[in-house]
Amino acid sequence: MQIPLLIAAIIMFAFQTFRSKRLITSALWLAGVSALLSVVFFQLGGWQVAVIELSVGAGLVTILFVFAINIVGDEVVEERSLLPRSFVVGIILLNTLLMGWFLFPVISQATEGTEPPFSTMLWQERGLDILVQIVLIFAGVLGLLGLLAEAKAPLDQPIAEQVAARRESDLKALQDSSLEKEKEYAI
Amino acid sequence: MNLSSSYVGLIGILGLLGVGFYGLLTTRNLIRIVIALQILVKATLLGLIVAGNTSNQINLVQSLAVTVIVADTVVAVIGIALAVQIRRRVGTLDVKELSTLRG
Repeated sequence: MQIPLLIAAIIMFAFQTFRSKRLITSALWLAGVSALLSVVFFQLGGWQVAVIELSVGAGLVTILFVFAINIVGDEVVEERSLLPRSFVVGIILLNTLLMGWFLFPVISQATEGTEPPFSTMLWQERGLDILVQIVLIFAGVLGLLGLLAEAKAPLDQPIAEQVAARRESDLKALQDSSLEKEKEYAI
Repeated sequence: MNLSSSYVGLIGILGLLGVGFYGLLTTRNLIRIVIALQILVKATLLGLIVAGNTSNQINLVQSLAVTVIVADTVVAVIGIALAVQIRRRVGTLDVKELSTLRG
């Protein structure tokens, strides 16, 4: 009985993510989706993934979103859709009906089976996945550092103009001093 | 295995996919687009767990779901960093104004 209520709440939270005007509110609704989803995972038997989803999805990613919104400002973009909304809703309904039509018969063919414990499965049978995850995390960190790094010598127009003006004034001062010296020698 | 919870989970997957696609196709804010991608990945995660619950292979599915969560987090981090840089350099997050191509 709990799972249908949780699923309804998740869909409502997800919809609220796009209805709210402010970005920070959207990020908090997304955190709510992650938190409720982790409860559903727990109910369905995926305990380890539930913990990871709660800590990463509802914790880390939300902090990242709040951090980014703090930097860029809570800009309210005019929410005029690129495509007509009725067209989008029609496509999504068609997509959902087709997917439901294909998936409902498949999910009724439940199977029985045994499998090794989670730790054996993760570290021994899918060890290559762990290596790929480590590489992916390093690539993500390096990409983030590269993207957020400030340029050491910014070549913006105002700074370039400042440098040119300073050079001109130095040159003028040098010329003036040399002219004065020539006058002194002439005297 | 509980078949009715699997059906409810399937409805949840379809609902999350629908909301995620709706957000992806209608919004113009870059950060909201990353949020829509997050919701789509959460639908995928729910699909994996429901499939594992139905087929009694929850441990295999959990190991796959961990990989998906890691990849999803990296995508979110890079997407957010790109949005921050675009806001600094261009001054807007509106995807329509970012296009400099004129045809």
